[in-house]
Order: sequence, then C-alpha cells, then structure tokens
Amino acid sequence: MAATTNTMPAGTSRGAGRPPARAKARAGGSRRRRNAITAWLFAAPFVLIFGIFMLGPLVSSFLMSFTDFTSRDIDNPLAVGFVGLDQYAALFRNPQFLHSILNTAYFVLAGIPLTTVLALALAVALNNGITRFRTAFRVGFYTPVVTSIVAVAVVWRFILQPDGLLNLILSWVGIAGPDWLNSTTWSMPALILLAVWRNLGTLMIIFLAGLQTVPADILEAAEVDGASAWQRFMKITLPMLRPTLLLGTVLLSVGFLQFFEEPFVMTKGGPLDSTLSVSYFTFNQFGFGKYGLASAASYVLFVAIALLSLIQFRALRSKD
Amino acid sequence: MTIPETAPTIPRAQAERTTAGGTQVPASPPVPARRRRTGPRLSARRALIYAALLVAVTATLLPFAWMLLGAFKTQGELLRRPITWWPEQPTLENFVVWFTELQIGTFFLNSVVVAVFTVLGNLLFCSMVGYALAKMDFPGKRFLFLLVMVMLMVPGVVTFVPLFVLVSKLGMVSTYPALILPFLAAPMGVFLMRQFIAGIPDSLIEAARIDGAGELRTFLRIVMPLCGPPLATLGILTFLGSWNNFLWPLVVAQSEEMYTLPVALSLYSTGQNATDYGLLLAGSVLVITPIILLFVALQKYFIQGVAATGIK
Repeated sequence: MAATTNTMPAGTSRGAGRPPARAKARAGGSRRRRNAITAWLFAAPFVLIFGIFMLGPLVSSFLMSFTDFTSRDIDNPLAVGFVGLDQYAALFRNPQFLHSILNTAYFVLAGIPLTTVLALALAVALNNGITRFRTAFRVGFYTPVVTSIVAVAVVWRFILQPDGLLNLILSWVGIAGPDWLNSTTWSMPALILLAVWRNLGTLMIIFLAGLQTVPADILEAAEVDGASAWQRFMKITLPMLRPTLLLGTVLLSVGFLQFFEEPFVMTKGGPLDSTLSVSYFTFNQFGFGKYGLASAASYVLFVAIALLSLIQFRALRSKD
Repeated sequence: MTIPETAPTIPRAQAERTTAGGTQVPASPPVPARRRRTGPRLSARRALIYAALLVAVTATLLPFAWMLLGAFKTQGELLRRPITWWPEQPTLENFVVWFTELQIGTFFLNSVVVAVFTVLGNLLFCSMVGYALAKMDFPGKRFLFLLVMVMLMVPGVVTFVPLFVLVSKLGMVSTYPALILPFLAAPMGVFLMRQFIAGIPDSLIEAARIDGAGELRTFLRIVMPLCGPPLATLGILTFLGSWNNFLWPLVVAQSEEMYTLPVALSLYSTGQNATDYGLLLAGSVLVITPIILLFVALQKYFIQGVAATGIK
C-alpha cells in the first residue's frame, strides 16, 4: 500500500486540492458545514460502493496476505492465524510462482514493443499516408478491441490448430507451422500474437490523437527546408509524440502485467505451465482455497505495477 | 503525472476534432497543399500505403470472417482436412441448437440486464461524485480523489478473493446484485466525469447559485445538460466492459439461469460440447454481433472515448 500511495500524490494533490479554499472553509461556519454535507451526499452512492466493493476488499486482501486464510475460514474469518511474512516467503520459494514471473516478463517484454511499433506505424500511415477511407480502416483495426475474449478464443483456437488456417497461410510461403497451443516453445508466441491483435486498436487510437497535436506548420517548414519524410518523422513527430508514446506504454504495461484472460481461455496456463502468468497463478491459488497465498501473490503484482508506473512517469516528467 | 491540469480541456477539444469526421481537422488545411505536389512518385507511395493497410486490415478481420463462415458449416466439414473456405452445404443447425436446446434467450437477457443497470449506475453516480470533486469544497476531498486514482492501478486479482468472500457471506452468489454492484461506480468513470466537469466555467455554476438554485438543481439543470460527450463515452465504455466481462461472472454466476453470454459460451466450450466447433463458432457470432453492430453505429463515440481517456 505504501508503495502505491507514493506514486500519486504530486499529480493528484495538484489536481484536486485547493489549499486556499480550506482556509476559507474554516472561516465560513454553518453554511460551510451545510455545503460539506451536501457535497458528501453527492459523493455518498459512490463512496458506499467504492468502500464496500473496492476499498474494503483491497484492505482485506492486504491483511489476508499476512494470515493462513483458506476457503474453510469463510464462515469465521476472525479465527485465522497471523503468519507474518510467511506467505510471501513461501511465494518466492515456489518454483511455479517464479516460473509465472518469467512468463509474465516474457509476455510484457515481447508484447509491448511489438504492439507499440505496429500501432505507431498504423497511426502514422492513417494520419499522414492516406486521405480517404480513414474511418473504415480505423473501425477495422479497432474491431478486435470491442469483441469478447471468450468468443474470440473459440475461433483463435480453431485457427491455431496444427492443420488450421494460420498454418495453411504459412505453408503458402513455405513455412511448416508448429502445433501452436500444445508446444511449450510456441504457446507463448501464439498468445502474444493474440494480445497484439486485441490491443493494437486501442494504442492506435491514442497515437492518432497524439499525432493531431504535432503542429502541421512545423512539419511543412521542415519540408520546405528539404527534410525527408523519414527525417521529419524522426526529428519532429517522434519527439513531439513522446508524452503520448510513454502514456500509451504505461497503460499497456499496466494491462499486460495483469495478463490472464488469454491463457485462461486458450491454454489453461499450459502446456507445462509455459503460459501461466502471475495473475493466473493467483487465480489458481484462489481456486485451491489458499486465500492467504493468493492475496500475497496479488500484492506482489500490485507493487510491481505501481513501481513500473512510477518509474515510467518519472522518466516522462524528468525529460519534459 | 500531468493528468489533472491538462485533461479538462481535452475531452471537448477531442470531441470537436473527432466528430468532424476522422483525423484531419487541424487549423491549417493540409489537403489542398498536398494535392498540389502530388507527383507520380508520391501517388505510387500512397498506393503502396493503401495496399499495406488493406493487407493489414484484412489480416485483422480474417478471424471474424473465419468465425462467421465456420458458423454455417457442418461438423463434418469443419473437421475435414484440408480446410474449406466457403461452407459447402450452409446450415443454420448450429444457431438452431442455441435457440432451442440451450437457453440463449436467458443468457442474452442476463447480459442485457447487467449491462443496463451497470451503465445507469455509472452515469448517475460517477457524475454526482465527479461534480462534488470538481466544483465543491469539502473536508476529505483530496483524500477521496487520491483513493480513486490509486484504485485505477489496482489489478483485478487483488480484490478478487475478498470480494468473493464478501459476496458469499452476503448470500449473493448467483444473483443480479453480485453481478452488478461491484461495477456500479467505476473509478475510471469518476475520473472522467471529474475532469470534464472541472472544465465547465465556474461562472455558470456561480450564476445558478446566486439565482438561488440549490446544488441538486444546479447539478441537474446546468451541469448534466453540458455533460453529453463524457456521458456518451462513459456509457459506451461501461456497456462494453460489462458485456465482455468474463472472469467475475464466471465465478459468481454458478447456476445456469444466471449465466451471461460469455460465461455460457466459455462453459460450453470446455464442457461436453468442447469439440462441437460449429456450435461454438455460432455462439461466438451470437455473442459478438450485438456489440459489433453497436460499435459500427457509434464508432465515433467509441473512438472519441478511447482518445479522451488515453491522451492526457
């Protein structure tokens, strides 16, 4: 928890707080108090739902990670034993958990650059390369984002069969494709392919919006000065797009670190745990009834996400 | 994190740009300028870009085409190798099974009920708290907003276990409230509404207050009517999230009459029907068709929403 609260304060306090207003509030008296009550009434429905279904579970999960809570303790949660950091120690001695960390890292390190580069190429092509059918292309590339992973998994499992559509297409160019989902080597690349396909559209839209902020007159001036299209892209567009690029990768890495649905619907984490992610490991522990261990694993993931966001935002701010 | 200061103006700027039809609405008109120097070299390059994009978009949409074609094939044809493209004897049998033997009507209704209530809850509650956070002063405001921001980063698995324990203790397993309540007021929606409402001029709200309007009246008559764009964004994104939500419903909808569409499809694709590809492909078509139709009809708002929440 400490790690997370630290990541936000600068931005949030600037946005939400108005210190002078506080001083005024003190002077105000009963009218101020009535206004505060009104404000809290406006916030009340959200605060109730947030408190019960989000904040409460977030805190309980933290507390649970220091206990030996199992599914048998649901009826009497206060009777569980306090075990300190034992669950965390057990976690880092668990070879399956360590394997899941490596798998998640593989997925993130391969998936993010791939998605980012492809999305950027598409965004630039749509923004600068063509003048017609932009909307049609945008809709086409974005369609995978809106569709249910479960439905999509059905057809992808079918396409990825050893004698399925993908391998048929590969055979046209002389490649003998593997049995994607049943190979410890190729199952992860197959899931990365699926994730890139599903996330490309979102990132492309974010980059397209960012490209609009690159002033056309600067690009034109550079063109008049004889800069080639590639030089203009590298020297003007890319540097001006940096905040958008970093933001896109932060959003994507927060999502990719939680990598779960793709293996859940495609491979069940297999074969031989080769697609078992940290989220999936956590979900399995929950299924086995080991709630304490599951909570500890989920907090490790939470801290990793918070740290990564912090590092990326620091990098973004320091160079601006 | 630069979000809070800059974002308020973006949703509207973004809205204007994207509503004006696509991506090309900068102040200067670049199109005529381009036309002038369209030589043979340039148009060859442009043709190449079109060709590349066409190949890429075909590859992107191929799985959907494959799904649709497969849904009309017989089991025998689906299992035959080498694979066939067009269904040789198109059949509706796969769809018929969904509507007769399996209760797709129930699953569809469950998905709709859950999505509609989730959307309405988010529209109302997120704008209410967004208004309080943007335009009122009250003790605890900064802390509340901080909590919302922190919650945006919390992975789903962190709250999953205690949430399930809670729902079990409340006896809500396999009920609509279990499917709806946890998603009724999403932090992302609060953030979106707060950022937009903060961009509404204070003078408008002050004027209403001076005229003697209470906060509720100001909220309903002044603020809400201005919130069309972010409400559209929020409504669409919430509907999408709810319609495709999978893991939580899978865990709490434990009786068949509470299944949502993705849950039903997922359970059938691992159960005794696991190899009935035609049935599963038809089910997939039935799950994604409503959302694709909605997306194509409202694509402007979908894309505007993604851009508004993404760009800060």
